[in-house]
Amino acid sequence: MSNKIIAQIKDIASEVYKKILKKKQPDLSMPLRALTNVKYDPKEGYFEILGKTKSRTLTASTIRTFAQTLKMMALSKELVEKKDIATKREAYYVSKNWGEAMFKEQPESDTVMDDYEAMMSVNREQIGFIPEEKGGDIAGELIVIDKDPETGKDIKIDCTKFGSGAYSVPSSVEELKFETNAKFILAIETAGMFQRLVKHKYWKKAKCILISMGGVPTRSCRRFIRKLSDDKKLPVYVFTDGDPYGWLNIYRTLKVGSGNAAHINKYFCVPSAKFIGITAQDILDYKLPTHPLKDVDIKRVKDGMKNDPFVKHHREWQKNLDLLVKLKKRAEQQALAKHGLNYVISNYLPEKLKNQKTWLP
Amino acid sequence: MAEELTKAHELAERQREIGVAEFFSRNRHLLGFDNKRKALLTTIKEAVDNSLDACEEANILPEVIVEVVDMQNDRFRVIVEDNGPGIVKKQIPKIFAKLLYGSKFHSMKQARGQQGIGISASVMYAQLTTGKPAKITSKISPTQPAHHYELRIDTQHNKPEIVKEETAEWKKEHGTRIELDIEASYLGGMQSVDEYLKQTAITNPHATIIFTNPKAEQIIFPRAIEAMPKEPKSILPHPYGVELGILINMLRNTEARTLQSFLVNSFSRVSSVAAKQICENAALLPAAKPSEMSREAAEQLMRGIQKTKLMMPPTDCISPIGAEALEKGLRKEVNAEFYASVSRSPSVYRGNPFVIEAGIAYGGNQDSEGTVRLLRFANRVPLLYQQGACAIARSVINTAWRSYGLSQSQGALPLGPCTILVHIASVWVPFTSESKEAIAHYPEIIKEVKLALQECGRKLSSYVRKKRNIQTESKRRSYIETYIPHVSSALKELIGLSAKDEERAKILLKELLEKHRGKLESVEFDPAKNVEYDKEFAAIGKEEKEGKKERQTTLKEGDADE
Repeated sequence: MSNKIIAQIKDIASEVYKKILKKKQPDLSMPLRALTNVKYDPKEGYFEILGKTKSRTLTASTIRTFAQTLKMMALSKELVEKKDIATKREAYYVSKNWGEAMFKEQPESDTVMDDYEAMMSVNREQIGFIPEEKGGDIAGELIVIDKDPETGKDIKIDCTKFGSGAYSVPSSVEELKFETNAKFILAIETAGMFQRLVKHKYWKKAKCILISMGGVPTRSCRRFIRKLSDDKKLPVYVFTDGDPYGWLNIYRTLKVGSGNAAHINKYFCVPSAKFIGITAQDILDYKLPTHPLKDVDIKRVKDGMKNDPFVKHHREWQKNLDLLVKLKKRAEQQALAKHGLNYVISNYLPEKLKNQKTWLP
Repeated sequence: MAEELTKAHELAERQREIGVAEFFSRNRHLLGFDNKRKALLTTIKEAVDNSLDACEEANILPEVIVEVVDMQNDRFRVIVEDNGPGIVKKQIPKIFAKLLYGSKFHSMKQARGQQGIGISASVMYAQLTTGKPAKITSKISPTQPAHHYELRIDTQHNKPEIVKEETAEWKKEHGTRIELDIEASYLGGMQSVDEYLKQTAITNPHATIIFTNPKAEQIIFPRAIEAMPKEPKSILPHPYGVELGILINMLRNTEARTLQSFLVNSFSRVSSVAAKQICENAALLPAAKPSEMSREAAEQLMRGIQKTKLMMPPTDCISPIGAEALEKGLRKEVNAEFYASVSRSPSVYRGNPFVIEAGIAYGGNQDSEGTVRLLRFANRVPLLYQQGACAIARSVINTAWRSYGLSQSQGALPLGPCTILVHIASVWVPFTSESKEAIAHYPEIIKEVKLALQECGRKLSSYVRKKRNIQTESKRRSYIETYIPHVSSALKELIGLSAKDEERAKILLKELLEKHRGKLESVEFDPAKNVEYDKEFAAIGKEEKEGKKERQTTLKEGDADE
């Protein structure tokens, strides 16, 4: 695998060098990472990348980024050869050795890294880089089988035994194996709601695995859920706030992937996921306390209606968004506390899980 | 009834006529003798102005010798000598020792001197501060002897007092020489004698000036053009510029027997038809006798003149320096990257024709900090004092320099590495005071100066813009060159290029990137490009680096008026 990666890196670099020798402007081309370059195929169930590419031609104005991309490739080659890894932040610090070509801020180096990753059409772990952020928290009826980093022996981690705490998804999940009797996976937007469900051992009551995503799920979190649901044939239910961010950013990214990671959506999505979180109809049905929709929410809705292939495909989602805009209101998960702190456990979740008509695809 | 002795009678005892010379001796600051430093400049300026005027009137290429000798204890001997036509014997005392006596006041003609005060004021200042008489020598022809006078001014009666009178041998064919002992101080800087003579040389390229300073060093400003400037013609006053008091005087003193002929003969641009028109508009008879006209009639006449449409005065009475000569002078003084100059066509204020000329020198070895340097000239005479009160400065401030590439704050001179030169040539330059340091704020003049500056400014802005574009481009290129080595070194790491191949990639990349950008024009300032620049000339009058002490003394004496 790593040999293949190194060969690919060398190919790209040789192309550049050959162009220079021919006195032609070298360019680096990579898939366009945007919603405009994905299509939603309901059969496949995720955002498939289209053929659009962007190319970075070497000119006076692009030479700095061009040089940085090549430098980043050289760093990656070294990492792969030595079987080492670097976090995004570490890569940013390595660039401080590059003289004038160093990155001034980490977002700069992150963009170059994302471009390079897309150029290679692989997951960044394969080219030696790992993300900073932790993947998410797990609690419930699950045993994760990991390996001891020193001995390489299997370790079994029982996710029921973390008390009021939780097991953290590691940054690389490919080698993990699972044992479980759970009936479904419940992915939760906020740590607060996760805490409540863990405290009252909801997982035991409902025989499920609880996962806290903490906002938009990280790649490893997405991959973890996907792998777990594939391996153990478990349905995945997603519980977010009743607002455009919870629906279009968190849920949609988990289910079908994102424009930004268009080149790797195939592995980092959970097409079987179903939405059981707060819908616009829930706001009415449960008489939830609300906040007014912000301008940014309305913009997000309009943008989704217009550009998001996933929304464009599902009438149910369009209706849901329409209703929200009509209500001009949004509601958070915790708004259920209006009916009692444990209303979510005693009433809301059981009702939602029972009544499939209240779900969204 | 016995006459009562009133307070008024008592006061009357003390009331008497004030002599004009007496008045000016008390108010010498009005004539430019405010302090010792300025007194030296004013004395030399008045003498040099007279010399240049005299030479030009006689169509002689001027050669003026200026000498300042340090006599110790703040006393200096000033000697100014010219090769002019000389002065006939009987005129010498009046010209040098009577205030308000001269040939220029009554003629409408472009000249340096105007009022007939200058040189006699210097004589008076010498007398006041050292008690020494002025020594004058003048010769009008090779065949006649020179006359030598020692003169004082009777300040009470404004009359010359001859101390000594004799004929003398003088090798010169003709010319005039004046020697004055005055209290003064000799300092360098922007308001120094050196600077004044240098600027005079800039706007008088047809004159040779030889200056010996108190350190006995001789500085020669050689003639740059071997041709006299076009001789300015004398014109009659234009009716639009006349004031009531003057009109009444003119009416009283004219030899004309009818109002119509008075108008035709005393003014320019008044034909007999126009004269009739004026009379009609004034409701006066063309045949009326001018000498018998009342004040009321004169006022009627004034109104008649204003109502009548007259041709603007002739403008051939003005002799501008010319854009080319002006720029040449600037090139000599300032080593800049860019020059522009303009000579406007004549215009008129209050019936007086005038011409504005302007020049700009930008960039080069000029200081880019601080305000621009402004050089002001009136009838080829440099104006070194009272910049703030001058209409020229007002115009420079009123011009929107920001659109021409200089920075400028509200109500201030622009900032930047730039010298701006403005010259006004007129038959009558309206100064704000007798010391002739600042131009009065006539709207017509301010407007013309502004138009001249805008013309230069437009040329300047296209240069500044071009320069800025080229600088952006070269910045961009150095940006390219900064990152090329990073591209090649990354390639080296990636595909193991040899050092030789890495070098080659660098060269190819540079060619590749510059091919698309064309050849870059150089805007680097080349100090050797301006062949007319005269380093020694430019240094004259500039304070030396260690001249800070000097400046402090200057301030202590209250010398720096700006």
